[in-house]
This record gives sequence, C-alpha cells and structure tokens, in this order.
Amino acid sequence: MSDIILPGADGALYQRDRAWHPPANTPGYKSTTFRAPRNALLSLSGTASELTGPTFGHSAINPLDNDLIRNYSQDGSEAIGQRLIVYGQVLDENARAVPNTLVEFWQANAGGRYRHKKEAYLAPIDPNFGGCGRAITDENGFYSFRTVKPGAYPWPNGVNDWRPAHIHFSVFGHAFAQRLITQMYFEGDPMIWQCPIVGSIADKSAIDQLVARLDRHNTTPMDALAYRFDIVLRGRRSTMFENKLEGN
Amino acid sequence: MLHPVPTLKETPSQTAGPYVHIGLTPNFAEIKGVYAADPGSTMLTPDTKGDRITIVGKIFDGAGAPVNDALVELWQADGDGSYVAPMAPNSNSAPAFTGWGRQPTNGDGVFSFETIKPGPVPGPDGKPMAPHVNLWIVARGINIGLQTRLYFEDEAEANGQDYVLSKIMDPRRRLTLIARKEAGDVPRYVLEIHLQGDKETVFFDM
Repeated sequence: MSDIILPGADGALYQRDRAWHPPANTPGYKSTTFRAPRNALLSLSGTASELTGPTFGHSAINPLDNDLIRNYSQDGSEAIGQRLIVYGQVLDENARAVPNTLVEFWQANAGGRYRHKKEAYLAPIDPNFGGCGRAITDENGFYSFRTVKPGAYPWPNGVNDWRPAHIHFSVFGHAFAQRLITQMYFEGDPMIWQCPIVGSIADKSAIDQLVARLDRHNTTPMDALAYRFDIVLRGRRSTMFENKLEGN
Repeated sequence: MLHPVPTLKETPSQTAGPYVHIGLTPNFAEIKGVYAADPGSTMLTPDTKGDRITIVGKIFDGAGAPVNDALVELWQADGDGSYVAPMAPNSNSAPAFTGWGRQPTNGDGVFSFETIKPGPVPGPDGKPMAPHVNLWIVARGINIGLQTRLYFEDEAEANGQDYVLSKIMDPRRRLTLIARKEAGDVPRYVLEIHLQGDKETVFFDM
C-alpha cells in the first residue's frame, strides 16, 4: 500500500543547474527585491523526503478540465479568442517520458485580462472564460488542452512594461524535488525579448526552451491552431528502480 | 554502478506570478465550478490514522510585509514515517492519507494545513530523521520555488540529531525551521517563514 524509495546517491536527482534557471534576485523584475533569499541555499543530496512525491490518478480529472474554451462556460457559449490546442511531452533529463503526472495551467483571456479580484487592467472580462485547467500525462508523457490564445498585457513594473502572451504551467513529476512552475511563450512573438520576467533567465537557449512551436500538423482544420511545448523535469542519476517504479 | 549522462536540460523556472491562485486554487480565487474542490485543500479523511495537528505558517518578505499572494505545498510521511507511493505496484489508489497538501496564503500572509504528525523517516546515514514536513513556496517575485522543511519544537532530542538540521552550520539558523507548539485538543505548530532578512529561513538546494 505504501512504499519508501530508498535514500542515497543511487536514487538521487542530477544536481539542479542553477545558472540555467533565473537567480532569486533579478532587479529588472522588481518584485524579487524583497522576496529573494540572500543566504546561500543549503545543498543536500536528496533524502526520501525529496525523492518521493505525490501522484494523481486519472480519476481525479474531469473531461472538461483540459478544455478552457468550455470549462467555465456560464451560458453555454464558448470563450472568445483565437482557438488553440496546446500539447507536449513531459520528459526527464534522461529523455525518458514522465507518465501519469499532473500538469496544471492558467492564463489571461484573449484580451490579456485575468479573472482575479486584484487584476486592474482595463481589458474586459470574458464571462465564459475562467482561465484554469489541468491534465494528467498519458503513458508516453503527453498532455494536451484546448484554450484561446492569451493576450499580452501591461503590468506595474517599469512605467510601460508589457508581458508577452504566455501560459503558466505547474508540473509535478514523481519526486517533490522535481516540482516546477514555469511559463510558456509563443514562437515568433517579439514581446518575449523585452520582458523583464523572461529576462530573469540569463541564457538565451534556456529562454528558447520556453517558446512553444507552431505545429501545423496537429492543427484542427477549420477550428484551432496547435502549439507544442515539451517540458523537461530533473532526472534521476540511477535507473535502479526501473522495474519497480514507473518513471523513476 | 555507472550513472547515465543527462541528455536534456531541465525546463527553466519562471515565477508563478501574482495570479497563481487562479491556476492552483481556483475556488479560493473565486473561480467556481471548474473543479469540485481545490486540489490538496483537504489532507485528512475519517480513516486517516495518526495524531491530528494543525500546521500554521506566516510568510514575510524582506521588508517585514506579509506575503499575501503565495502558494504553499506540503509533502509529508504518514504517522509511521512512510511516504505514500501510489506508483508502486499493487498500491492502494485511494489511500486514506496521501501526505500532500496545498494552501494559499491569505491577506495576512498566513497558511494552514489540517494534517497528522509525521513519523520519523530514515535518513541517508541510516538513522531516522526527526519528524518533519517538506514545504515548497511559490509567489510573485519568487523566480524559482523555495524548498524548506518544518520541524516540531517538541521533538528536541530528535531535532538535535537530525541529518538536515545538523548540516546548518549556524545553530541560530536551525531555529528558523522549528515550529512553536501551541497546546490544544488539536495541537497547533506555528512557524514564521522569512524570505529575506535577519531571520531569513533556511532554503534548500537538493
């Protein structure tokens, strides 16, 4: 009924490449100023507490959970905007698929407005768009959802800073130390390269990993464009549990 | 045993932003009807074994202001010190306790979890680690999720020998992870988490 993954280096994850991620304090993104820890992180090889993690059954998900065009419909109407399919594969650093893991996503509506009481942008609310959804990856690590393309929007940072169109992602993997939140951007969007939050990442090829590619082959004719966004989680240094735990 | 060489780079983190509650606790964010309940909002069932406790945290920024837009996840062992691993063959797909919870901070920067006291988990050195829960914090202004632990004040002897606490060289900083106990029918363990400053919490890279 329950099981412990044995601690120790053989089950450990690859060291996280902190230079690939944004550092805690990035002055161009002002909100980090008082929220970035200043002490060095305490480095630990993982214990059972970090090498295990929650998992979610497919029964936890409802059929409309991955359809943001319809999952908040108030009057039977669909959300307004450019219709999209967003899909991709969740992998680990060993290029192995991560099956049966929860992927959650949230975004602004087509006008760039979030459904949130603190949101002050003048673009209108869409009464039929909530802005959240989720999926569980299949046996090959794939997720997909249907949505509308989020609009770009201005935000209080610089006097005239704008976020590029983006979708927020939350991914679990199978170990609590794999937990990841990130944002997906759209291929060809010139707004990406002027955004202070994107710019918190130093390496251009790391940023490129956040840019979803237009995928003409997976469009739905006369309905929706498709974008592919693959997500890579930390991988384990060993395959010792290969026969025991799927996606070890 | 030879280790594999990683062939892909981890997807870089980006901040969860000011509206993380829309995505991860939509009912709390007043987006009703999409999910029946916010994931992780309830950790206990009537069948959960173990001593009921409440874990309460308050998060502060470096200026001393409460962080009222954060999202906190908790991952812990059961009362026997085992992590539930439903991926294992023949596991129970609906255990009475999964060990995972998720809560938003409120307008005062406060979060709380109704849960059970975890048992001691074996550490890498073969000795039990002191009872603890693992916390992961994301919010606007946090570029990559912060990992830390919460230990229990009334486990002083175990805390004194704990594998992780003993790696914190400055003993004053160990105290940033130890929750104060408030007695009651359901004991409350209360911890202040400081993202920055003189009382900055110890965060991990693991």
